[in-house]
Amino acid sequence: MGEKLLMKGNEALAEAAIRAGCKLFFGYPITPQTELAEYMAKQLPKRDGLCLQAESEVSAINMIYGAAASGARCITSTSSPGVSLMSEGISYIIGSDLPCVLVNVQRGGPGLGGIQPAQSDYNQAVRGLGHGDQHVIVLAPASVQEMASLTGEAFDLADLYRMPCMILADGALGQMMEPVDFEARTPRQLPPKDWATNGHRGARRHTVVNSLYIEPEVLERTVVDRFARYAQIEENEVQYEQFLTEDADVVVVSYGITARIAKTAVRMAREKGMKVGLFRPITLWPFPNKELKELARTAKAFLSVEMNMGQMLGDVKLAIDCARPVTHYGRTGGMIPTPEEILAQIEHISMEGKGE
Amino acid sequence: MKRFLQNRITVIAGPYGSGKTNIAVNLALSLAEAGKQCCLVDLDTVNPYFRSADNEKQLREAGVRPILPEFANTNVDIPTLPKEYASVFVTEEYAVIDVGGDADGATALGVHRAEYERCTYAMYYVYNYYRPYVSDPRAAWALLQEMEKASGLRFCGVINNSNLGVETTKEDVLASYAACGEFCKLCGLPLVAVTAFPANAPEGAVPIRDVTKKLF
Repeated sequence: MGEKLLMKGNEALAEAAIRAGCKLFFGYPITPQTELAEYMAKQLPKRDGLCLQAESEVSAINMIYGAAASGARCITSTSSPGVSLMSEGISYIIGSDLPCVLVNVQRGGPGLGGIQPAQSDYNQAVRGLGHGDQHVIVLAPASVQEMASLTGEAFDLADLYRMPCMILADGALGQMMEPVDFEARTPRQLPPKDWATNGHRGARRHTVVNSLYIEPEVLERTVVDRFARYAQIEENEVQYEQFLTEDADVVVVSYGITARIAKTAVRMAREKGMKVGLFRPITLWPFPNKELKELARTAKAFLSVEMNMGQMLGDVKLAIDCARPVTHYGRTGGMIPTPEEILAQIEHISMEGKGE
Repeated sequence: MKRFLQNRITVIAGPYGSGKTNIAVNLALSLAEAGKQCCLVDLDTVNPYFRSADNEKQLREAGVRPILPEFANTNVDIPTLPKEYASVFVTEEYAVIDVGGDADGATALGVHRAEYERCTYAMYYVYNYYRPYVSDPRAAWALLQEMEKASGLRFCGVINNSNLGVETTKEDVLASYAACGEFCKLCGLPLVAVTAFPANAPEGAVPIRDVTKKLF
């Protein structure tokens, strides 16, 4: 095998999970993430692991709940409609403070939607992946390389903070092929899993995994403690990429595959002499609020670009306290914006800024 | 090119992600440019994305008759054989068959095994050193045998299309020669071509166009 490999995003994510020590996959097939499950089915049995196709997403997520409780690294992957089905189980896992990695290779919605790429599950991922007061860490890869490196990161973050971590990808990232280098990331130092229900052999107190709290005082305390942990994550784990934002009048904010397209549009705008930059959140929760607020001191306008009707748009406005105009440009339903379309929006905003 | 004129039907098969579609579309375009009547069959029953149906317009403009599954690019995720497919066994035109990946993809060929044998065909294995698990010569050989079993057809040569997508360098292509040579020796098949994009093609390699979709 060469040093670099040519892989599909779905395959690279699966391989990265196995290399991160994940030996358990539970899932139910759905386009456009099926190669991920297929890769696991082929590889895990040969590599001391288990790949199990559940009868539905509901059962897959509950298998994850059980596996996570035992302290084992485990992963499930699905696409948009499947996440909705998993929602209840995800909330139980959050309520039980268990680590696991969830993958959403998004497709168009709502409903069965279509099989082409979309980013219309942004709000679901960052605001309401499960019921109750909760968050999950949401990572948005923008390349096949990041499909791999952010998967290792997702397992580490999940273990470190004892909570689910979601990789929010899309059909384009899942399906496209690019070179990938699996050595590109150093694993983190992690605490021991002394909470795991993996058999105490009479040597310690038994551990309990549970999300039911009958007494409201206890539940409130548990949730408040959990939110203290969320605050630490917001403080320490924000990730983002900036491209030519230093002197930018217009900052394009975009994540995932759309950020790659927006980058081309930014380059085209620079060639035309416009001062434009790209801000790419890599963590969608925690969202890079501070960094965007800082940019609002120098930038004149923001353009949020997503493959949806305008979901991250709200987070950009919140981040900068509406100090500058924020507009949205997006395609939805499986349509992918072109660099030219984004450039046209940038040009429009630049003209308005000059009062022309 | 001469080689590809010897048999009326050329079958391009190989592992998933080896670059079969890119080779098949390039070959069909070259045949058309050489003034030959030519059709290209999208026989991928495995994956609804990145298939020769994506190149329909380009193929039609070049004078190639694309034979596409009815549901290709309609987002209806149903693997079917194209209804005009059987015409390749009765017409006189050149036909390039773009098969789906792995043995699963090759299975689709088996239905018409007798027709392929009657018309005579040449089936090529597309090798990519940079694809995991099939870069190893022994693994590639095992897959080749699986594909022959699934299709009932026999390969007659290997095309070395080793690449890392747009990031491929000339050195990357050269680095694949040893392993590909060993693979050819194992399966007893001749290497018929090394294919690469013009910018990174080593001497002697056949330059091919990148006909894949570009998002950015």
